[in-house]
Amino acid sequence: MKARRIAFLGLMVALAFVLSYVEMLLPINIGIPGAKIGLANLVVMVALYKLGPRDAFTLSLVRVLLVGFTFGNMAMMLYSLAGALLSFVAMIIGKRTNLFSAIGVSVLGGVFHNVGQIIVAMFVLETASLVYYLPFLVVIGTVTGIIIGIISGMIVQRLKV
Amino acid sequence: MKRNDVILIIVILVLTFGFVIASGYRQSRRAVDHAMAVVTVDGEEYGRYPLDEDRTERIELDNGAYNVLTIAGGEASVSEASCRDQICVHHFHIHYAGDTIVCLPNKVVVEIVGGEADDVDAATH
Repeated sequence: MKARRIAFLGLMVALAFVLSYVEMLLPINIGIPGAKIGLANLVVMVALYKLGPRDAFTLSLVRVLLVGFTFGNMAMMLYSLAGALLSFVAMIIGKRTNLFSAIGVSVLGGVFHNVGQIIVAMFVLETASLVYYLPFLVVIGTVTGIIIGIISGMIVQRLKV
Repeated sequence: MKRNDVILIIVILVLTFGFVIASGYRQSRRAVDHAMAVVTVDGEEYGRYPLDEDRTERIELDNGAYNVLTIAGGEASVSEASCRDQICVHHFHIHYAGDTIVCLPNKVVVEIVGGEADDVDAATH
């Protein structure tokens, strides 16, 4: 049973890693750093529902470190880390309250991922005017959150761990 | 999709649009509010006067010289000066950010700070 879980987690990390890479290849650039589809969040969502918060958290952390070291730089890792942590906390809270389905939880994750990144960017660039980017990012985060939520809901229903 | 999901999404979108409207409103007000005529005498700031309220300010210098700054209709000008050449008095009225009127004999500079920028690259008079 334990080996099974480890294998599954490894699979999930690999998936999240590849999805992050695929997302980088996609030529979707809105001109705002951090505005992404959040494909990797799909894996985190599935892990959250299938493996529990602790494993999902580890997965999220490992993914950010892996992707940061492989494709990014220190600054990018910092942004990702802040986004990943804040969105994870939001998703956990959203799931614990039992108020929302996977879609609501995913929307919370998407929105707070962007909020976290903007907060770090505000500290790094030392300007408060970045707040004006927030509405765009929040709307994008909501839309992608809905999409990711629908897909991950389907996966969670069908996947047997 | 649960009902709560829909409520959550609507709440997020409403909050966002509220923020956009509020910040846009504040920015548009600031653009008007912040246009100021800054008067410096010999490199030292003498005073700053908002362009959106009409006034006449007499700038007295230690040696008895003076300039009269007039703000009317959102534009600043020097309407009277004690100096000989009267260049500052004949200068056109200014209101774009960065515009200046200089009175060299009195070392008085009137500069517009903040507000609308001049989007014309060059102009002839």
